[in-house]
Amino acid sequence: MNKSIEEIRADFPILSQKVYGKPLIYLDNGATTQKPEVVISRVANLFRHTNANVHRGVHLLSDNVSEQYEAARETVRQYINASKKEEVVFTAGTTSSINTVAFSFGEKYVGEGDEILVSAMEHHANIVPWQMLCERKKAILKVIPFNDQGLLDMEEYKRLISSRTKLVAVAHASNVLGTINPIKEITAIAHKEGIPVLVDGAQSIQHGIVDVQDLDCDFFVFSGHKIYGPTGVGVLYGREKWLEAMPPYQGGGDMVANVTFARTTYNDLPFKFEAGTTNYPAAIGLATALDYVTSIGREEIAGREKHLLEIATRELSAISGVRIYGTAQDKVSVISFLPGEVHQYDAGMILDKMGIAVRTGTHCAQPVMDRYGIPGTVRASIAFYNTEEEMYALASGVRQVMEMFA
Amino acid sequence: MTINEIQDQVTEEFAIFDDWLDKYNYLIDIGRSMPSIDIKYKTNDYLIEGCQSKVWLHPSFENGIISFSADSDAIITRGIVALLIKVLSGRTPEEIMNADLYFIDRIGLKQNLSPTRSNGLLAMVKQIKLYALAFSTKTQK
Repeated sequence: MNKSIEEIRADFPILSQKVYGKPLIYLDNGATTQKPEVVISRVANLFRHTNANVHRGVHLLSDNVSEQYEAARETVRQYINASKKEEVVFTAGTTSSINTVAFSFGEKYVGEGDEILVSAMEHHANIVPWQMLCERKKAILKVIPFNDQGLLDMEEYKRLISSRTKLVAVAHASNVLGTINPIKEITAIAHKEGIPVLVDGAQSIQHGIVDVQDLDCDFFVFSGHKIYGPTGVGVLYGREKWLEAMPPYQGGGDMVANVTFARTTYNDLPFKFEAGTTNYPAAIGLATALDYVTSIGREEIAGREKHLLEIATRELSAISGVRIYGTAQDKVSVISFLPGEVHQYDAGMILDKMGIAVRTGTHCAQPVMDRYGIPGTVRASIAFYNTEEEMYALASGVRQVMEMFA
Repeated sequence: MTINEIQDQVTEEFAIFDDWLDKYNYLIDIGRSMPSIDIKYKTNDYLIEGCQSKVWLHPSFENGIISFSADSDAIITRGIVALLIKVLSGRTPEEIMNADLYFIDRIGLKQNLSPTRSNGLLAMVKQIKLYALAFSTKTQK
């Protein structure tokens, strides 16, 4: 039996609160999602009852928490359908996952004159680590453009692939435009030339089914907090052959097999990439979040969000002067727009006073704004716990904003 | 009028409005009626960093008095800058440096400014005070 929207909302304590005396309408899910009670209590109970460092002690608590931590890894493996647990590395988040690959892969495989290919719709986390790598190695960053609708130019992508291309890094879904990129096609093209592909799943993991084997990507990264889990944990999925070949990123506890001052040997996967005390409470909380999402149903979630996105798109499009950025057919539930000539900051400020939480600005994706020649947008990012009424409230709020500034 | 007298006056003007919407509408009016900055000052040299919206602030210093003109691409920000200018423009460097700006709190806008937004506000105040400091050393020479 599917849960009703009331039952779903009751799972998220924060959603029932009021802001400025008005019911909270939380439409900033692309920045971070709210947490269901099961996640909150799992993390709290861990601290209350079973806290100890993982993989360190012989004692009962440490054993217990290590078991939960490894079970969490297995939950993630199943969730993204990785073939092996060893391919699932816990990190601090999407950004840290990408930096790990940019450093470790880059150290081993990227040299002067080599090329890294990203797209023009990446957020800064999937641009800057590659720029830093290119600077370090005197390599070249190439950019796949996108069209007005927000679709990647696949012909240009094919042209940009060269014998010097070492890696392709591309978002599964754009955090501004919502576009779901054709990852399977992208990996197929890159693999023909033997080039690995990193997929940034920060904005896709929470919206439906992600199967890394089906996508055939070499790396897949995401953050726990964007899929109803705690902040400070993320995942780096990497194909075993790449992770095996790559040197570690950071040195420290747990990532070593044997340490002497003459020589240190590294631990096996995935521990090689998990230096120091990991954020095990958040990793365990993330597993609970994934279980929760599975219990609701990933297709159910995708269906609800699609429906809400359609309402929001229709209602906002009906307002004269509203410009929507990102009009691809295949979108996650993110809608970026500008209300006429009203500055996005003015709009966001007034919407906030109405209890509507949206994000304004460049959304850590300045090149996307430059592509359209705009200073920023208002972004409403929708989760399955949002309601139809909230979509109408957003549109009516935007109308009111435009009247105020008319 | 002293800086504090103007601050009190602004506070009273805002006290008329109970509803936040009216307060913002008033702020929008203030923003709209502020004279625009001379286009030649709308450059990166006069841009204040740290605001979600763009703010340009230009000082001029004559007979020991600093005057400011400003602009912003967002109207609410324009309103806030206009208020700052109303309170702090046409003052000596010392007056500006010593000013305790309490009106923003009292007109009920501060609690509605998120950290990034109030950083923008802080950045504006900081810049105004920096100009005052720079001009005060000029006077002493």
